[in-house]
Amino acid sequence: MSDLSYPTSAGPATPNLADILERILDNGLVIAGDIKINLLDIELLTIKVRLLVASVDKAREIGIDWWERDPGLSSGKPRELEAEVENRRLRERIAELENAEPEGGSR
Amino acid sequence: MNADACYTYAVARPFDVATIGPVRGVDDAAIRLFRYRDIVAVSSAMPPEAAEEGALRTRLETLESMEAMARAHHAVVEAVVERAVAIPFRLATIHHDERRVIGMLRHGHAEFDATLNRLAGRVEMGVKVYANISAPPPTSIVASVSDSPGRDYLRTRRVERNQRERGSRQAVDVAERVDAALAESAVERALHRPQAARLHIDRAENVLNAAYLVEARDLPAFHTLVRRLGSDAPGVRIEVTGPWPAYSFASLDSGGEP
Repeated sequence: MSDLSYPTSAGPATPNLADILERILDNGLVIAGDIKINLLDIELLTIKVRLLVASVDKAREIGIDWWERDPGLSSGKPRELEAEVENRRLRERIAELENAEPEGGSR
Repeated sequence: MNADACYTYAVARPFDVATIGPVRGVDDAAIRLFRYRDIVAVSSAMPPEAAEEGALRTRLETLESMEAMARAHHAVVEAVVERAVAIPFRLATIHHDERRVIGMLRHGHAEFDATLNRLAGRVEMGVKVYANISAPPPTSIVASVSDSPGRDYLRTRRVERNQRERGSRQAVDVAERVDAALAESAVERALHRPQAARLHIDRAENVLNAAYLVEARDLPAFHTLVRRLGSDAPGVRIEVTGPWPAYSFASLDSGGEP
């Protein structure tokens, strides 16, 4: 069986953020205003949003909090980010050391 | 002297802005109309420092502040389309001052006029088709326990994946039928990219994400058609949103054509 879900007819339901954003960031009439916003930046942002968010609340509910860690989306610089950078640096260093070690018969 | 910039939400046929009541614009600014002949720009003032490229960037880069702006934008556009035919603008259309907004109306009058005529009496409906992914419990797939639990596990996963892929192929076929029938009944159709499965609370796969421009008077028939298509379509869920302002059909028509 298939389901049809209709928004409740009584009173407008709060629309899903992704549905709104795909309309007002990807659609809607583009008029060149005086203040230029780099649409590419916005498109990049939309792609991320489309990938991940139904609504901020729902996203939090299912444990998605990418915008809190994504440096492109958050003005703050959370601690986890620094830890990630540190991790990557360490992994690179380990790879370096492993490569430097002579492996018998590998060549 | 007015040094404020103007944020514009839509171009519409004239209406009484007093009826818009409690609806406010971005940053709670009051809605103002700028009129040129038989069209108006629906705008609100924005302090020049907020309208700078850097300030806007910062605002759009943070989901919470972008969401607030997006919802304010959408709320104004919704209020406008309840009162008059309107062409919804994309987020963040900003001019230095009202003189520039009126200039936009004057230069684009023929195109705005033709587009408003096309959108008159019509609404946008959103339709999403999801594949119903209801994988049966693993026990129903692998009854026998061999001496290799690892292999059993992999086999179970493979069977599940195959079922899912079959289900999603089937759903794509159904979605194509649904889309063809709805496009036929609608004035225009626009396809959006499917939304990621992660977006959906139950992670259902979105196989069709479309918008249809429908005559407002045909809405009941549109809903009936969707229901009928849904009942003929096993294994999918159809989600309808709208009526929306015609965001997905807001490209400008060339003015002056017959």
